[in-house]
Amino acid sequence: MSKFKQQFLSGPYLIWIIGFILLPMAMIIYYAFTGSDGTPTLQYIAAIADETNRKALGLSLWLGVICTVICLVLAYPLAMILSNMHIKNQSFVVFIFMLPMWMNFMLRILAWKLLLSKNGVINSVLTGMGLSRINIINTPAAVVLGMVYDFFPFMLLPIYNALTRIREDWIEAAADLGAGKITIFFKIILPLSLSGIISGIVMVFVPSLTSFAISQVLGGGHVLLIGNVIEQDFMQGMQWNAGSGLSFVLMIFVIASMALVNSFDKEGEGTVIC
Amino acid sequence: MSKHLIDFNNISKSYGDNLVLDELNLYIRENEFLTLLGPSGCGKTTTLRLLGGFERPDQGQILFDGRDITNLPANERKLNTVFQKYSLFPHMTIAENIAFGLKISKKSKDYIKDKIKYALKLVNLEGFEDRSVDSLSGGQQQRIAIARAIVNEPKVLLLDEPLGALDLKLRQNMQYELIRLKEELGITFVYVTHDQEEALTMSDTIVVMNQGYIQQIGTPEDIYNEPQNAFVADFIGHSNILDGTMIKDELVEILGVRIPCVDKGFGNNKPVDVVIRPEDVELVDPAEGYMEGDVTSLIFKGVHYELDVMSNGYEWLVHTTKYVPVGTHVGIKVIPFNIQIMHKPESSDEKAVEIDE
Repeated sequence: MSKFKQQFLSGPYLIWIIGFILLPMAMIIYYAFTGSDGTPTLQYIAAIADETNRKALGLSLWLGVICTVICLVLAYPLAMILSNMHIKNQSFVVFIFMLPMWMNFMLRILAWKLLLSKNGVINSVLTGMGLSRINIINTPAAVVLGMVYDFFPFMLLPIYNALTRIREDWIEAAADLGAGKITIFFKIILPLSLSGIISGIVMVFVPSLTSFAISQVLGGGHVLLIGNVIEQDFMQGMQWNAGSGLSFVLMIFVIASMALVNSFDKEGEGTVIC
Repeated sequence: MSKHLIDFNNISKSYGDNLVLDELNLYIRENEFLTLLGPSGCGKTTTLRLLGGFERPDQGQILFDGRDITNLPANERKLNTVFQKYSLFPHMTIAENIAFGLKISKKSKDYIKDKIKYALKLVNLEGFEDRSVDSLSGGQQQRIAIARAIVNEPKVLLLDEPLGALDLKLRQNMQYELIRLKEELGITFVYVTHDQEEALTMSDTIVVMNQGYIQQIGTPEDIYNEPQNAFVADFIGHSNILDGTMIKDELVEILGVRIPCVDKGFGNNKPVDVVIRPEDVELVDPAEGYMEGDVTSLIFKGVHYELDVMSNGYEWLVHTTKYVPVGTHVGIKVIPFNIQIMHKPESSDEKAVEIDE
């Protein structure tokens, strides 16, 4: 195929990237640094220091960290069990865990709202058994639950992939050289699955940091994340400049956190950015 | 020779319905280079893995220096393994790989540093400390795997087809390296291979295995010159294996011709297997041979020619340095000393072996 034709084939993707990613990004940056009258200003960037915004960003970071840690703690042992199962059709295992992702994530969050609500399914069952109700709907706990439920596969899959790439004979070689089970885990399995852990952390932390839909549904307006503030600026207040300013700051936080996480990945595998 | 270091007593092992080892008995002496030789699936690798501690036998007992190690986990055994796939840790440098076992046994930093240097010198890879595993060729990785095993000063080094993935020239060089290492270290080597030439070159003792049974144990010379059954004879180099009848002591009949030999004690008119090595078949004038035949194929092999000679309904394999063109009418002669007589297999196990071949 000629060079021209090959370039031609990349055309649709280039149009997509320029029209729907680069252009909007440029617009956001433009709006972030200009006032409503078009004059350059830093006031919308500085708006992050306002108490509401600062608290929302702080809560977003905090819930993002909690969600990521919970996902990691749940996913790592599960991935180890799955990778040790030696099932002939390993893709079936992956399929099982991808299955929930076939359903729209908003629907799944709405389902959780019904389950968790004051007179919802879970509380009906609990009271039926004579136990006390749990009231976590409209709290940060419910938001974290929703995030973990939604983003868990993004933690599980990269770790599972990394673990299945660890060869059995490396483990045997380590045992042969005198390593017990604990040493094998910390010296062989953990370092060799690090790239998967890093990918998982990035893929869970970034969406949970920027999430606004989950907090809206399961937080019921009581849990204000930075994503919600931005959404309100754009959709309710029509304050594009203020929304863009906060979006820009959030973008900096996302890139910084990814760079921080990637700095632990010595091998350079599984890098998402930087 | 010296005392037993390892004893396998009545070891059996099966995977599902597949019996891999059946009541294996074997001892390995101190400072011996012992090779387990056989085709794939003969149980040689399983035997090694049982010794390394990666598998547990279904029954039987393994003794190491008189102590029962049958159920001792791999990391507590005083032996080290060189794996077929090298199995170097990809996230560590060469030095870290070699230091792995030493760090676990909590040796001092200076000791570890000296040991790495010594081991790299021993395998002719000085200065490779900080290289990554990926930057090494297969042969170099293999030598690092050996270095990583021997720095722990094991009493026994287990080698699982360590040269299998290397090309011919490198393999031959590594064979000499291994012999040299064995002499320098003065430890026991247990070596697994399916390559008969490798086994003959390096071993003090060869254990020929097939289908979970030991076929013969002996020195390379014993195994080559005096194979105990047709399987061993066939596996150790291509041979002419013929059905024969022992007429009486020192006289055997093959292909309808009575030929003098040196074997005794088989009884009179007993069916036997007769092995004649291709290099022991002499091609002479038709009138001078025991039987006459025609050359049907000729291949140049470098050191010698490989010929097929059709005679009395049997196709003889002949190695000779003389050029004998296809179609030549020749006589076949073998001196009595070079005729190897073997009992026909008696047990059903041995028969199964023969059918399989």
